[in-house]
Amino acid sequence: MSEQTLKRVDLIFGEYSNEKYKVLASTLERTNDDILNDLLESGLRGRGGAGFPTAMKWKYTAETPGDEKYVVCNADEGEPGTFKDREILYRVPRKVFSGMAICGKVIGAKKGYMYLRGEYKFMVPDLIKELDSYHEHVKELGFDFTIEIRMGSGAYICGEESALFESMEGGRGEPRNKPPYPTTSGFMKKPTVINNVETFVNVLMIMRLGPDQYKKLGTTDSRGSKVFSVSGDTPIPGIYELELGMPLDRFVDEFGDGDTKAVQVGGASGFCVPRKKFKDTVIGFEGVPTGGSMMIFNSSRSMYNVLHNYLEFFEEESCGQCTPCRVGCQQLLKGIVAVKKGEKKALYLDQLMKLSESMKITAKCGLGQSVANSFSSIVNNFKEEMIY
Amino acid sequence: MTDCKSLIHELADKYGRERSSLLPILQGVVAKNNFLSDTCMTDIAKELDLSAAQVFGTATFYSFLDTQPRGEYVIRVCKTITCDMHGKKTIIQTLEDMLKIKVGETTPNKKFTLLETNCLGWCHEGPAMLINDTPYSGLTTEKVHDIISEYVNKK
Repeated sequence: MSEQTLKRVDLIFGEYSNEKYKVLASTLERTNDDILNDLLESGLRGRGGAGFPTAMKWKYTAETPGDEKYVVCNADEGEPGTFKDREILYRVPRKVFSGMAICGKVIGAKKGYMYLRGEYKFMVPDLIKELDSYHEHVKELGFDFTIEIRMGSGAYICGEESALFESMEGGRGEPRNKPPYPTTSGFMKKPTVINNVETFVNVLMIMRLGPDQYKKLGTTDSRGSKVFSVSGDTPIPGIYELELGMPLDRFVDEFGDGDTKAVQVGGASGFCVPRKKFKDTVIGFEGVPTGGSMMIFNSSRSMYNVLHNYLEFFEEESCGQCTPCRVGCQQLLKGIVAVKKGEKKALYLDQLMKLSESMKITAKCGLGQSVANSFSSIVNNFKEEMIY
Repeated sequence: MTDCKSLIHELADKYGRERSSLLPILQGVVAKNNFLSDTCMTDIAKELDLSAAQVFGTATFYSFLDTQPRGEYVIRVCKTITCDMHGKKTIIQTLEDMLKIKVGETTPNKKFTLLETNCLGWCHEGPAMLINDTPYSGLTTEKVHDIISEYVNKK
């Protein structure tokens, strides 16, 4: 292996333990405090993109009084350029269910839900098969925690946790005000832990390896490995499990096609990093965070087209509930088209930038707030392409 | 089209009559009938003891819950960036030529509806499309010809 090669990790997709649900069985015998301590020690942060410390989320929910609590697995993977949860659910569903069950034990929940995006409906028969076997095993273990699959129906916003609860409750997928957070008021307004698919697998792996072994992967701020979805102008698109905290230039050396102009880290709601900043950019919570999406663009691509595509996406997927996002997305899209056509002066871009900044402050949820990420990082770094 | 009332009754028996049963019921009707008619939504409201507005509000929020008539096979081509970069336009063109309809339309024999959709999660193998629930990726003109011919010949 040459020095230039990024270390491949085999944590998430590694083989199952030789006995079905063995790690789950041994974890169920431990005390909740013990499990939480291991999680805290591991430094695990949520893998959906936002990076909230998982141990804290579980602890808060466990401490909230109430008999009825829920565990929800967010499998509404909708971020453009992300397809790692599909792969995880296809290859290691057992690890996901085990992670959910451990959460159920810690917080005192008897019921778990997996909210799967409608686009992945074709996976349901296989998942149900694995779930049946899961239910048999927990029954044998005398542990009361059942898991049910709920389907989405083609709405990106339902990946936002409170919108996801609304959707599960039969409503429009419109985000709620926060606080209260799901730890006190989630599904059915009951205390709920909602984690990404990959987070639950990480939990199981921490239980299997112990926090010390787990911590050897990654950096201080970004412990463990991460599953990356690599797409765009690359000769080797696909799913890769890599250590967190890697510098972007090494990533590009390995995955780019030699002519990489920019990398969009974290999907349409993430950041666009231009070539000149590859060297100083770290992929992880201390640098540019990502839910896994890495889209590579080479110099043949127009960044105007890229931004146009993202804004069309946001305009369609905005739930329309709050004005900054509903109107903002439309105006940003109209604005860049007008500048490109010469109907507006180039300086108008500054005004659009201000608009995106106000959206960041005033939009109700993460969707509207994060439009500014890709907007400002693309416009700032590729201004000429927006104008000419 | 299956009779809406009995289908709804059957789905409600399976999923329950709570507000939280609404989405699975709506999805169940679309899976059978390809779309949700106004009558159907009113019937669901009655079955679950909700207002028709609540049912309509939820149904119209989701892009996969169609409220206008669709063909037996709904084709959704991914239009998000990487599929776009890898030739989505050619795929759309091929489909339009083969089916003799434009995006958003349904063939006169009610067999196919052609739509565009946002990211399907096959970015590494784009361009991609869904036909009802089945994904197809790594599409080329030839591949699309083969796939569609197969559906055309399906009874």
